[in-house]
Amino acid sequence: MNPFQYQRAADIAGAIQSMRPGCKFLAGGTNLVDLMKNGVEKPAALIDLNRVAMSAIEPLPEGGLRLGAMARNSDTANHPAVRQNYPLLAQAILSGASPQLRNLASNGGNLLQRTRCPYFMDAAFPQCNKRAPGTGCGAIDGLHRNHAIFGASDECIAVHPSDLCVALAALEASVRVRGRNGERRIPIGDFHRLPGSTPELDTNLKPDELILSIDLPSSPYAAHSHYLKVRDRASYEFALVSVAAALELEDGAIRSARIVLGGVALKPWRVAAAEQALIGKPPGSAWFEKAGQEAVAGARPLRQNAFKVDLVRRGVARALGNAGGLA
Amino acid sequence: MDGDMTRREYVSILGGTVGSAALGVPLAADIAPAAAGADAVPLTVHINGSEQRLAIDPRMTLLDLLRERLDLTGTKKGCDHGQCGACTVLVNGRRINSCLSLAVCHDGDQVTSIEGLAQGGELQAIQAAFIEHDGFQCGYCTPGQICSAVALLAEVRHGDASFVTPGLQRLRPVELTDDEIRERMSGNICRCGAYPGIVAAVQTAARESGSATRTKGKPR
Repeated sequence: MNPFQYQRAADIAGAIQSMRPGCKFLAGGTNLVDLMKNGVEKPAALIDLNRVAMSAIEPLPEGGLRLGAMARNSDTANHPAVRQNYPLLAQAILSGASPQLRNLASNGGNLLQRTRCPYFMDAAFPQCNKRAPGTGCGAIDGLHRNHAIFGASDECIAVHPSDLCVALAALEASVRVRGRNGERRIPIGDFHRLPGSTPELDTNLKPDELILSIDLPSSPYAAHSHYLKVRDRASYEFALVSVAAALELEDGAIRSARIVLGGVALKPWRVAAAEQALIGKPPGSAWFEKAGQEAVAGARPLRQNAFKVDLVRRGVARALGNAGGLA
Repeated sequence: MDGDMTRREYVSILGGTVGSAALGVPLAADIAPAAAGADAVPLTVHINGSEQRLAIDPRMTLLDLLRERLDLTGTKKGCDHGQCGACTVLVNGRRINSCLSLAVCHDGDQVTSIEGLAQGGELQAIQAAFIEHDGFQCGYCTPGQICSAVALLAEVRHGDASFVTPGLQRLRPVELTDDEIRERMSGNICRCGAYPGIVAAVQTAARESGSATRTKGKPR
């Protein structure tokens, strides 16, 4: 691991003031420390947030729930307000990693976790535009079984590994951040970037900005939601494909729907056309299968990952069936 | 092995510095020269009930602090990347992967490693249950498995759900099925495959500590 300066931040203002180019905030460290061991991340300094009071989970005055950036994944998933009002989020968090990792990992850190593409994770590979811009993409002509089928570019075909973020996208969360120029909110859909010609940038967070909280609006989806995760082993594994599905039912018809995919793009991939296809329809397998077909429109698989198209099509139908209580 | 030499001393003489390279795992000794250098960070941490006042290289993980600085070698380094769980310890009663946590983050924390579980020579129920049910073969993953199981029992008593818990919206006591144990222990890999014994040990300890009633899970 490269040497770095270590600084304990006492509060939010101090943490933001300490931030300099080339430095990183340190939260749980489950991703950052790992990447520092691999030589992928080489921060000049770490600003430790572990003593900063940002771990509260509390109701918002206008309804909804505020999740502190430093609240741990495990505490978030098992908070009574999350389990009762946002079970989709609890389910997504509990599907990821392991209990001991979720005890360390923070909510803010989950948003900022980096791709698990092996060409990115292992600095021994010469090619990775995300790790070393301009070197090319090792995965396009290499191993890409678990890479993107949506929103990729010629520069990068990596996927975002988070489960939590997929649920946040379905719940239309917003990310509250603060930098030297003040505070702003970033809708979760605008938080992560697609690779385009700048795959080295994962998010639209500015270098001096600190994530304070993730704010959830009140949700009509608590009664009918499901997080489906399809993976190579039953636990402690990243998704090949995941689906966050949520239905709002009224008088036997679907009033609104949310369908977001994980494991298929460099950001949670919301499929608005599939959601629209369900509005006003009765919940049932025929319409859920139609939504699955809508969800794969525009998929561009590569040689090794065409199977993900089928997984998405059928996964969407199955997740909707579970959400609607029809499974 | 001669005289009073410990297995650890024997291995270190035998392997020397080549050992860590051959295993492909960097030992903390590889970064030791900076440990007492100008960038050392003060740290006060309570390990198994005893206060330690230290100055450490900020790169040192909690795992390396335990093993290389404090000679508490019960906690094991498996993958060193948070993928195996061999390094699991309890911090303020919660299980974490000590390999992914920098030691400097734990100022003021209470750390319990496998060495701190038995009280007055008396094994904890879960330790005895691992022996009773053969919850190990080579034993390398066992300290992590046992620390993880201690936390599992506390999480179940607290009513925490897992991914396989039905009906997350209903806040109620956890029914500790075998499926629940497998899911909750999934962060600890055992390459000998002692899983059936581990599940049985956790069931026994849960029953003895009153964490949950035993229920047979669905066969897989």
